[in-house]
Amino acid sequence: MTARGKVLPELYRRMLRIRLIEEEIARRYPEQEMRCPVHLSIGQEAVAVGVCAHFREKDQVTSAHRSHGHYLAQGGDLFAMLAELYGKKGGCCGGRGGSMHLIDRARGFVGAVPIVGSTLPIGVGLAWAAKRLKTGARTAIFFGEGATEEGVFAEALNLACLHRLPVLFICEDNGFSVYTNLEERRPANFDFEKFFRSHGAGYAAGHGMDVEEAHRLTGAALAKLQKSSVPQVLYFKTWRYREHCGPSDDDHLEYRCSRQVAAWRKKDPLDLAAQKLRRQMKDFGGWEKKHNETIRSEIASVWERVRQAPFPPAGSLQERIWAGKS
Amino acid sequence: MGRKVMSRDRQLTYAEAIREATEIALREDPRVVLVGLGVPDPKGIFGTTGGMRKMFGKERVLDAPIAENGLTGMVIGGALAGLRPILTHQRVDFALLSLEQIINQAAKWHYMFDGRGGTVPIVIRMIIGRGWGQGPQHAQSLHSLFAHIPGLRVVAPSTPQEAKGVFLSAVRDPNPVIFLEHRWLHGLKGPVAEGSAGLPLDRASVARRGKDLTLVAFSHGLIESMRAARFLAEAGALDAEVIDLRSLNPLDWETLSNSLAKTGRLLAVDEDHRHCGFAAEIVARAAESDLVLKSRPRRITLPDCPSPSTRALAAPFYYQARDIGRAMLEVSGRATDAAAGIPVEEKVDVPSFVFPGPF
Repeated sequence: MTARGKVLPELYRRMLRIRLIEEEIARRYPEQEMRCPVHLSIGQEAVAVGVCAHFREKDQVTSAHRSHGHYLAQGGDLFAMLAELYGKKGGCCGGRGGSMHLIDRARGFVGAVPIVGSTLPIGVGLAWAAKRLKTGARTAIFFGEGATEEGVFAEALNLACLHRLPVLFICEDNGFSVYTNLEERRPANFDFEKFFRSHGAGYAAGHGMDVEEAHRLTGAALAKLQKSSVPQVLYFKTWRYREHCGPSDDDHLEYRCSRQVAAWRKKDPLDLAAQKLRRQMKDFGGWEKKHNETIRSEIASVWERVRQAPFPPAGSLQERIWAGKS
Repeated sequence: MGRKVMSRDRQLTYAEAIREATEIALREDPRVVLVGLGVPDPKGIFGTTGGMRKMFGKERVLDAPIAENGLTGMVIGGALAGLRPILTHQRVDFALLSLEQIINQAAKWHYMFDGRGGTVPIVIRMIIGRGWGQGPQHAQSLHSLFAHIPGLRVVAPSTPQEAKGVFLSAVRDPNPVIFLEHRWLHGLKGPVAEGSAGLPLDRASVARRGKDLTLVAFSHGLIESMRAARFLAEAGALDAEVIDLRSLNPLDWETLSNSLAKTGRLLAVDEDHRHCGFAAEIVARAAESDLVLKSRPRRITLPDCPSPSTRALAAPFYYQARDIGRAMLEVSGRATDAAAGIPVEEKVDVPSFVFPGPF
């Protein structure tokens, strides 16, 4: 995915797929068959898709609690993800993790965990091993702006810069930690750029609803990384549409001001990309409809398989506590 | 303990044994890396890492920023991607900053991703301080804190030979291993076999055969227990069997229950707080088992208060070999007079067999 003219349709298609999968999760969530917390990525598809389009199976991507978009953008297996939400044996964690523990190592998605900031140093370690073992793998660590408030963020960034590791830090700032506004968590004059740069990392900021921009900035950051061996931070402002955790819209709670909500909705990543594609393509409507239908039929068929898939047997409870023998 | 296979003239200290094992581990497997604050410094973690950077270079022997949690995450990530890191903390107390990574990530990774997330082959060395006024935050043991967590191997070897063998097996094991080493053991000398043989990580050993009582101990507690057991045996007062646990998780209940079936009496020694401590686990297992004990089992532990700095309060805080001996006789229903002659540390805040202070 390098030729500019051809990139956007595929980026759009990937975002659309994530959106439709997430909307189907939300629609079916009240059935109470997916009995685990879900943090939907709806609204935040652009950064996931724009960044991961540069990462291959041998690369290493990590994420946190809101990871469906990152997992799918990195090519994570859809059946394994949905089966995990349903607690099925065929889930990516055999039903042991749920939505907050996605993993697909065959596709370079090395893991997501819900403890905020926890995958930051783990991602740094993945990059450390890649450098030391000369595997050529590049690492992307996705995290929210809230993770930067954790002490371990500074520790991880320092270690990455100290050892000049091949790693991209991808900060998605949706402005809220659950219901808590950034204003309650950072001083008014807090400067993300200075904070990241103070450790010696490279830095760029982009529009988190614009998939083309996320894609372009990631390409540039990877080129800088390759040339300088200096870790790079990408910072994107973005917006989650649904509640922090769960399937619904929670804007009626008025923790986010209605003008802000409306303004962000106007910047919908799919709409933004569609506007551009309408100018680029002869029959965007027809093209979109075709892909929309293909994705919906994929979703329907995978869902059916997931619903019929078996649960793990009770006897497996204490299996694999230990690796290897005993 | 298989002493006959060891050369009697090859004596190493516990610290030298760890150093030797570390060198072997680094030499035999290029994936092994050594990380920790002060690892390449002139003192080399009490002599356990001295010379390693010169031999294996900066890329494999890393000094570190003061970032316990970040470093632990980094070694976990490194392990997931093919390295075999050894991380050192100069005190257990500092490692508490990394409990998030140890408990949430290292211990669970293999289980929570159902084996598909890879394994976390790391060894985390934590040194337990004691004495010389180290006080409330430099002398904690916290054995049961780590042993409580499923998926964490916790070992606490007590002799130089064990330190070497267990350390080598820990580095070769695919699981995260917490390697607890008591500072007072570092200076302890004992026979250590040449070569690179490891010792099992999940087996206890019988440190002394006996028939009257099962004395369960590990780490520095084993040294004190052996003193008491030997003295009472020589005095003809009691013939105790001493089980050197070596591993706290998993627990080798088979060795323990075999001994209890023979002696019918139990004393568990744990140089750590009493409440919810490891000795409580031993006693509970015995109580729940089919074994019928001849007397009530007992525990020797530290009291449930922080460890104060002043030597005036170290005396009432720490138990001595003589306290163990007295409890052994009590559990066995015998007069306790024989324990009175058990030699004790002259200064409870300074080890008698070596003084490498000021720590």
